Amino acid sequence: MTEPEARVYEPVIGVEIHVQLRTQTKMFCGCALSFGEEPNTYVCPICLGHPGTLPVTNAEAVHFALMIAMAFDCDIAPRSIFHRKNYFYPDLPKGYQISQYDLPLARNGRLGDVRIHRVHMEEDAAKLIHAGRSGRIHGAETSVVDFNRGGTPLVEIVTEPDLRSPHEAAEFGRLLQATLRRLGVSDVNMEEGSLRVDANVSIRPAGTATLGTKAELKNMNSFRFLERGIAAEIGRQERIVHAGGQVEQETLHYDPQTGNLTSLRSKEEAHDYRYFPEPDLPPVAPTEAMLKRAREALPELPAARADRLERDLELPAETARLLAFRFELGDFFESAVEAAGNGHVRALANWMTNELAARIGDADPAGTSLEPSALAQLVAMVEAKQVSASAAKEVLDVLLEEGGDPVAVVEAKGLGRAESGELEAIVERAIADNPDAVEKIRSGKTQAIGAIVGAVMRETKGRADGGEVQRMISERIGAG
Amino acid sequence: MSDELLGLTVAQQATRIEAGELSAAEAFDYWRGRAAGDELNAYLWVADEVPDDAGRLPPIAVKDLFCVRGVPSMAGSRILEGYRPPYTATSVRNLEDAGVRVLGKTNQDEFAMGSSNENSGFGPVENPWDRTRVPGGSSGGSAAAVAAGTAPWAIGTDTGGSIRQPASLCGVVGMKPTYGAVSRYGMIAFASSLDQCGPLTRDVTDAALLLSHLQGRDPCDSTSLGIPGGVELPSAERLDGLRFGVWGMDEPGLEPGVAQQVDATLARIEELGGGVEQIELPNAKYGIPAYYVIAPAEASANLARYDGVRYGPRKGDGDLTALYEQTRHDGFGEEVRRRIMIGTYALSSGYYEAYYGTAQKVRTRIAEDLAAAFERVDFVVSPTSATVAFRLGERTQDPLAMYLSDYYTVPMPLAGIPAISIPCGLSEGLPVGFQIAGPAFSEARILDAAHALEKSIGFEGVPVT
Repeated sequence: MTEPEARVYEPVIGVEIHVQLRTQTKMFCGCALSFGEEPNTYVCPICLGHPGTLPVTNAEAVHFALMIAMAFDCDIAPRSIFHRKNYFYPDLPKGYQISQYDLPLARNGRLGDVRIHRVHMEEDAAKLIHAGRSGRIHGAETSVVDFNRGGTPLVEIVTEPDLRSPHEAAEFGRLLQATLRRLGVSDVNMEEGSLRVDANVSIRPAGTATLGTKAELKNMNSFRFLERGIAAEIGRQERIVHAGGQVEQETLHYDPQTGNLTSLRSKEEAHDYRYFPEPDLPPVAPTEAMLKRAREALPELPAARADRLERDLELPAETARLLAFRFELGDFFESAVEAAGNGHVRALANWMTNELAARIGDADPAGTSLEPSALAQLVAMVEAKQVSASAAKEVLDVLLEEGGDPVAVVEAKGLGRAESGELEAIVERAIADNPDAVEKIRSGKTQAIGAIVGAVMRETKGRADGGEVQRMISERIGAG
Repeated sequence: MSDELLGLTVAQQATRIEAGELSAAEAFDYWRGRAAGDELNAYLWVADEVPDDAGRLPPIAVKDLFCVRGVPSMAGSRILEGYRPPYTATSVRNLEDAGVRVLGKTNQDEFAMGSSNENSGFGPVENPWDRTRVPGGSSGGSAAAVAAGTAPWAIGTDTGGSIRQPASLCGVVGMKPTYGAVSRYGMIAFASSLDQCGPLTRDVTDAALLLSHLQGRDPCDSTSLGIPGGVELPSAERLDGLRFGVWGMDEPGLEPGVAQQVDATLARIEELGGGVEQIELPNAKYGIPAYYVIAPAEASANLARYDGVRYGPRKGDGDLTALYEQTRHDGFGEEVRRRIMIGTYALSSGYYEAYYGTAQKVRTRIAEDLAAAFERVDFVVSPTSATVAFRLGERTQDPLAMYLSDYYTVPMPLAGIPAISIPCGLSEGLPVGFQIAGPAFSEARILDAAHALEKSIGFEGVPVT
């Protein structure tokens, strides 16, 4: 009989994601969406829950939700309905949220290695602002409500508890985010709240199949915090179990600054939402035309693209992933590959993920003056040793800023590769000017070569290839 | 000229207006004077002046729960005291487009919950035939105003009988159209799957005229369809070849005087060439229980928004729970609170299947009974109400007795089908209503049959003083 302390526990994690859709208008009324605008200016009688108002389903939201369901290979319900989820809170103007319950839009999908349990549509609540020290409800003296957000279309995605570590959960979150971004259905910005991730965490003895009691971690602002929060929760549950106790079902908030987990709601306070079918709305029964339109709107998704880049272009996994997850980079890259006639693919990928990414940050390369064909040509020039790598970086800066043709830029700035004869002369001079360094090198301190290489590079204004310079110096010194 | 209008139907007044013998402004002013002189507490608000554009038809009295921009619209409840909506209900806008202006807002049972207008937050309405008696409900104010000649016509809403039953008790015509015929946008909701807007008028022709303007598909109401083909003014004078199925004549609560008038009406139907046969609606007896589970359940959600946060009076000392509890306790009357509790209970975890789930299945059974009846007959007929108008206070201590007032009227909204009540005679000096129901979207045929029957009955309606 194994003592609890001696057992190894494995974490079992599922995630629940709320995605705000970037539709023209709210889920059930004609108000435009907004973020950070003056409070209560993007509202109407419907999303304020005025007497006598009725909801009308947003067709674009249904289209986006279908795209999401198809991206996850879900079974799409031929007929799904809306339900009223009833509870009282000031951010819920009708006193119920229109959501979906036991007949959701889609079920049984998959993203990567994780099974998707269901995908459904609902409306977002308004925003409560608590006026107090922490900005949170405890200790606040007054609270005010901004209804601009209320009624924004949401898609809720629930996974099966297939994740087995905090890192896996965070990675899955990133894949999901990249996929939804590629679909173009949401800004998926965790800081702005267009992507909200909750994690359901439980532990069980390793190798068993039954599920332990889960705790819910609500709404972390980044995948890094998600990972940390889940790790903290696993630790908390392990300590309870090792001490012989039972994990309680509860909802927790993780504070990334302090690392503390605070309980928000315990099981006894769990709501009875009194769900019943929404009588004001007809069922959602996607027609063949709607399904076709959603299918045709699906782009190549990140996971599939990463696979393809790895497989067909033989890129390293990490490079492929980066180009797939940041689809603007991927699009630019593939245009450049095409312009290059499929030459120098590896080198091109490296230039994209290192030099270009570092220079443009999160921006879209298509928004710069650099043309994919220009990058392709530049890389070809480097590979052909017509220009040194460091000179090419300068050229890249110019191309990003002003556009144009790399050949012309190289000529205009005199950045052409230093010719051998010219270079030999410079190398000779540098060796002659640095006798101490030469001494050190000959006595075994090979790092001293750096000083001579540096002198040569300065003189050639970076047009020489560092590696070649070093080789020439070594030869000269060795020979002489 | 003025009191002459009192004796004219809207259709007749419309003819005069069209002929230039009467201006819409004069008509408005006359009816405004009549409404302002109401002594039955039928009105909660009356227009204080003739509008600049008085339209093309006589003005209309509108049940308080219809939102009219800038006009107090409180659904007869203190929880909406002072509320003036920022928008107007589609049904009222349709009337405005047709040249009809709003004369006033009529009193009603609070949130349409009641059968006597005694549940109003603003006092009961009296029946013009006998001011110690109720006008029926929940559209009691609209029915009383038309009967008393303080409105030429009116609109109300019918969820379990709230147009037809007061029409019956007040001796006027009242019709509930097919569910979806008229937009619900702007109608302060009671029970979403049952509520419908409909006419209360002096005669069947006026009802048809009003319905023709009200009906239509509304993009703001996803459950609206309009009436395919629209509504024509009825012209039938005979009932040859039409089959009428009568039910419910052996219910114990049916007053003998009422039964007598209904029997006399059935004889008229035969005189006009119609056939009358007995039919059974085996599940109709479950109508009241089913209705009084479904309607309160939907209402418990529809009334959750009245919390003092965004509109209406706000009570409580600042704590959220106190705000909710005091605002809602003080604002809602007893019957409303009762139905919210019933509805909440019926939807709660562990009870949903037993109550709401089962009630919806019973609802289907009732709809099936009616559909089966319509295989054999063209119309299903009965008394509208088992009794004539009862006395004020008579049923207020016994909610169940009050609920039974709707016995004959609840099956139709449960099935979504249309039905009209026309006055068919008097019993002990008080009006008796005859109900004619038809399949979905059979309004035109119902109106024709009612028109022919009305002519034969020759009811002298208006007990005007």
